[in-house]
Amino acid sequence: MNWLYVIVWGFGATVVLTTLMSASQGMGISRMNLPYMLGSMFTPDRDKAKLLGFGLHLFIGWAFSFLYGVGFVLLGGPTWWKGLIFGFVHAAFVLVVGMSLVPSLHPRMASEQRGPTITQRLEPPGFLGLHYGYQTPISLLIAHLVFGVLLGVLLQISGA
Amino acid sequence: MAAPTIDDYAIIGDCRSAALVSREGSIDWLCWPRFDSPSLFAAILDPEKGGRFSIRPTGRFLATRRYLPDTNVLETRFFTPTGTLRLTDLMPVASEEQKRKEILPDHEVLRELVCEEGDVDLEVDYDPRPRFGTTPPKLRQHGKFGLRMSLPRLGELVLLSELPLQRRSQGASARARLSAGERLIFRMVYTAEAPTALLPFEEAPASIRRTARWWRDWVARLKYDGPYRPAVTRSALALRLLIYAPSGAVVAAPTTSLPEQLGAEKNWDYRYCWLRDASFIVRALFGLGYHAEAEAFVSWLLHTTRLTRPRLNVLYDVFGEVTESEHDVPLSGYRGSRPVRVGNKAQDQLQLDVYGEVIDAACQYINEGGVFDRETERMLVSFGEYVCKHWCEPDEGIWEVRTGRVPHVHSRVLCWTALDRLLDLHRKGHLSKAPVEEFVKTRARIQEEVRTRGWDEGIQSYVQVLGTRHIDAALLLISWYGFEHAASPRMKKTYARIRKELHADGSLLYRYSVLGGKKEGAFGICGFWAAEFLARGGGSLSEARETFEDLLRYGNDLGLFSEEIDPESGGSLGNFPQGFTHVGLINAALAIHERIHGRTRLPHHDLPHREEMA
Repeated sequence: MNWLYVIVWGFGATVVLTTLMSASQGMGISRMNLPYMLGSMFTPDRDKAKLLGFGLHLFIGWAFSFLYGVGFVLLGGPTWWKGLIFGFVHAAFVLVVGMSLVPSLHPRMASEQRGPTITQRLEPPGFLGLHYGYQTPISLLIAHLVFGVLLGVLLQISGA
Repeated sequence: MAAPTIDDYAIIGDCRSAALVSREGSIDWLCWPRFDSPSLFAAILDPEKGGRFSIRPTGRFLATRRYLPDTNVLETRFFTPTGTLRLTDLMPVASEEQKRKEILPDHEVLRELVCEEGDVDLEVDYDPRPRFGTTPPKLRQHGKFGLRMSLPRLGELVLLSELPLQRRSQGASARARLSAGERLIFRMVYTAEAPTALLPFEEAPASIRRTARWWRDWVARLKYDGPYRPAVTRSALALRLLIYAPSGAVVAAPTTSLPEQLGAEKNWDYRYCWLRDASFIVRALFGLGYHAEAEAFVSWLLHTTRLTRPRLNVLYDVFGEVTESEHDVPLSGYRGSRPVRVGNKAQDQLQLDVYGEVIDAACQYINEGGVFDRETERMLVSFGEYVCKHWCEPDEGIWEVRTGRVPHVHSRVLCWTALDRLLDLHRKGHLSKAPVEEFVKTRARIQEEVRTRGWDEGIQSYVQVLGTRHIDAALLLISWYGFEHAASPRMKKTYARIRKELHADGSLLYRYSVLGGKKEGAFGICGFWAAEFLARGGGSLSEARETFEDLLRYGNDLGLFSEEIDPESGGSLGNFPQGFTHVGLINAALAIHERIHGRTRLPHHDLPHREEMA
């Protein structure tokens, strides 16, 4: 595996993933703003939170692309369908585990057990992020499938 | 209890959207997230299907209300045989600094109910009906995360209520008894983005204090020490609610289809921004010392007009886009006044007066110390060139009648104004390149035409349309724009004619007499134009004050004015509250104040005779 390609295409695929998530919010498919959710862990300032969260999401996506790279190496090289499977597992993990953990990690988020309070006032995502719109899991799943397929195809084409 | 009248409503808002709250504690009008978004509550236009959020005593009561001093925080008191309730309604606002420190919802209506004495049984009816009642509402109970409703492609509406509400087939309701000292909080938030902030009930008093402080700080910036300060302050506060903060645009009114004539078809959507209002708004805002708001509005104006230059549309939405096409929505209308329209077809009209309005507003901006970039200079000159080519065409004119185009005198005066102000700007060095000769020549031609064909010797008055003997109240503006001094014999005769022919009741004036102009209500701003005309030399100071004071009684108990007033009942008609009327009130008060002190802010208001300078 040529890890330079993983760096480049991982970044590109993450940009596409973030764009798809933002587009789904803009088109009214889901209300979830992932950069805002991540960034508001660190600041209550909405504009700064979105900017910070965007950077953080890019970084996380980048980090995940290395995990994808390792997976591709272990399974005999990158292909689109392996990327699709990884994307599905990735999305399932974010929806099932990630969403349920966010209220515990997020200092400004209420949970089923506590809040809303003066300091913990953000609504939690709920199971599969359904509090943010019933199409949230679908949009998040599609975005991650595209991420996986794109990474698999680009790494395969570039001979990584 | 009878259905509320337009006068029974108060406005609350957050400078992005606004709600109307009835004297009986019912939110009967609310569009989120923007002024021109589809409605969530529209009981004012259809008590059955429109939707409302009502909090009121169960039995008989007497209600009084007021705004907390110098704020847009509404306080309604219900006096019942068993006790007194106080309902405080507001859309919380916060400073930019506060927003950086604290996570706040995009939009919120906060309702605090306190029992001040005795015991009072009350009922709550929460019945949102999205999209003008056309989308079936589906409320979901999410426990402490509220009673929720998804608005497809828009966002989520969440009600956090200290009083548990029971869902019904449509909406949700509850009954309760409050005893002295007890309190209930209702927080209704809207968000297009998740995660949204859900504020705790215990923070409500702080939200109310913060909002009241925000409004008081804003009023503290008011630089007006003249007469009628309470009325001017209330008008300024109402006007501020109509300014869309993200862009600086000013909507004409927050409502659609409140009728100009009961049962007739004169029901229009006013939730957009009319270029016509530009000059008056800028004058009012600068005159009151709100430079930031005035500059934001001029900035919106110049950006918006750039998109369609050199052709100007009549109206735009808050971001300067063309509005949706006009269509009817299936609501029964205020007191049966159908149709209920969304969108406004007037945007397709040709109204040549808007060029004068826009350029005059830009000129005021320069007089207050603003500067143009080269692109703006070029754009203004292109407007002037457009005026030179088209000033003699017929148009729909200021009143937007839908009966075809005719040659309006007012439109020609405003074309003259456009060229006059451009020449003024050029003379002062604010326009580097302009076809001065062409502008001077065309200005003279327009002046000649208005003075000859726009004046009728038979009726001794300027006329509404060239070649006719009809008049309209817009002729009072001839002196406002400096075309002819208010004290000139012609203007005094025109004023006398207007008073004779368009007089409605007291100091009220109809806007015109043709096309059923006297069947609808008297036009609010026309009376204030008359007061200003008198103050600027058309009459004595005492006449101006008498006119102004008489007009003040046509506002509702909170000092809010609609577009029109029924001369028989004195009640409000048309969209409410109407920014144009409040701007007229402010400008008339400024004119009276200037008359008292013998000074003026706008150069052309002080010029003896423009023709002497030409």
